[in-house]
Amino acid sequence: MQEKEIKDIVDAALADEFELDRASLVDDAHIREDLGLDSLDIVDLVIVIENAFNFKLEDRSKLAGIQTLGDLYRFIRDIYEHKSFVEK
Amino acid sequence: MHRVVITGTGIVSVLGCTREEAASALYHGRSGIVAEPERLAFGMRSCLTGSVRNFDPARHLSRKQRKTMPDCAVQAHAAVMDAMAQSVLPEEILRSDRCGLVFGNDSSVIPALDQARALEEAGSTEGMGSGHVFRCMNSSVTMNLNILLGNRGAGWTVAAACASGAYALGQATDAVRLGRMDAMICGAAQEIGPQAVAAFDGLGAFSTHPVPEEASRPFDADRQGLVPSGGAAALVLESYVSARRRGATILGEILGFGCSADGESLVVPNATGLAAAMRMALSEARLLPSDITLVNAHATSTPLGDAAEAANLRAVFGDSCPPVMALKSLTGHELWMSGAAQVVYTVLMAERGFTAGTRNFHCGGGGTEGIPVLDRTLDIPPRTVVCNAAGFGGSNAVLVVRMGCPA
Repeated sequence: MQEKEIKDIVDAALADEFELDRASLVDDAHIREDLGLDSLDIVDLVIVIENAFNFKLEDRSKLAGIQTLGDLYRFIRDIYEHKSFVEK
Repeated sequence: MHRVVITGTGIVSVLGCTREEAASALYHGRSGIVAEPERLAFGMRSCLTGSVRNFDPARHLSRKQRKTMPDCAVQAHAAVMDAMAQSVLPEEILRSDRCGLVFGNDSSVIPALDQARALEEAGSTEGMGSGHVFRCMNSSVTMNLNILLGNRGAGWTVAAACASGAYALGQATDAVRLGRMDAMICGAAQEIGPQAVAAFDGLGAFSTHPVPEEASRPFDADRQGLVPSGGAAALVLESYVSARRRGATILGEILGFGCSADGESLVVPNATGLAAAMRMALSEARLLPSDITLVNAHATSTPLGDAAEAANLRAVFGDSCPPVMALKSLTGHELWMSGAAQVVYTVLMAERGFTAGTRNFHCGGGGTEGIPVLDRTLDIPPRTVVCNAAGFGGSNAVLVVRMGCPA
């Protein structure tokens, strides 16, 4: 999957679920501090991403290191590269 | 002991989503009861329900805020915001530990079903989403309002079946009267939906009248059952001294609170329990039955329940019962919310100078004979009012309120 396509899907899903302004969705936006997502939102973020890409992560614990949107885009790109997911 | 006054009200009900809409429906006797044929397909005996119309949760709170809230909690928030706006409650009181919050609520069935469905669909708990746990708890309304309002005072939930709302107002009154709090935001909420009341329908307690607006007939000889309903009602209560000090408009005073349990039947009220609560409330108010100018009855339109309330009214008022108003003829039975809604409706009428009539009442029967049911709207405001509430388990709660600004 192309990087732009990943970014578009992530941005659309986050804007919809968390009612975020698309202009705030930039690579270096910090998910907690800049986008205002709290610990409950992070639980939902995983589900939102899985639904948006129609897969289930093999290991959700790897999401723990994600700090910025750029980290999230790269995480999903790596998932596709290594096929570390199960299709829904 | 501190005097306790009402400085704000808010309502989201089947009569309207603003004070003006609800007051207009009360004045004109407009019913909030509708037929939902899909309830019959769902397996229920009755298709009748109260319906909150034109309430858009997304207009009030963000999706993130709403994901931990059942619909009735969002309605409660809207009602609270209206009550606080009318009260012009200052930030320094709201955000102090001298202002608290108590709501009546006794179920969260629809979120519990959502939770079970989410687990089934996800196949694992970590895929269910974060909101379910907070939506499923009986304290969901209070816990969410605590955060949304930034409450720093007392915060709790009262569950006492259909007396929950009256208990919430009574306990809020006690908190202010005892000086634990200077102000209390209080009220009650009731979820609406076939799943929430299906088992209740199975008891045969609901009316199956073919005309929705004529189905709820409190005290009438032809009553055949209640109509489930819901929404949210909220009030700001405050010590008289606090309200006076800040120049707030005082809408009325809570003079007395009484409570009791029948101690007999889960479902059938007796002829003495509610009377005991009325006497306790009158005693606290230092009033005689003859001082009461209006009864805002619990009267749900069930054959046995209304007959029992009639017996309790006779026990307290004898042959001199004041006019009795039964607003569930318009709203249906707002269940957990009803005791709080009754006080809000009473304030709305007092502000506008009228007393609403009881719709669908033609003549008493089946134990309600002789009760002076007010069957038409009067252009006279309520003055000194007994508000009754009773519920499963024989729970009774009564508030005595005096409308207008106390001397």
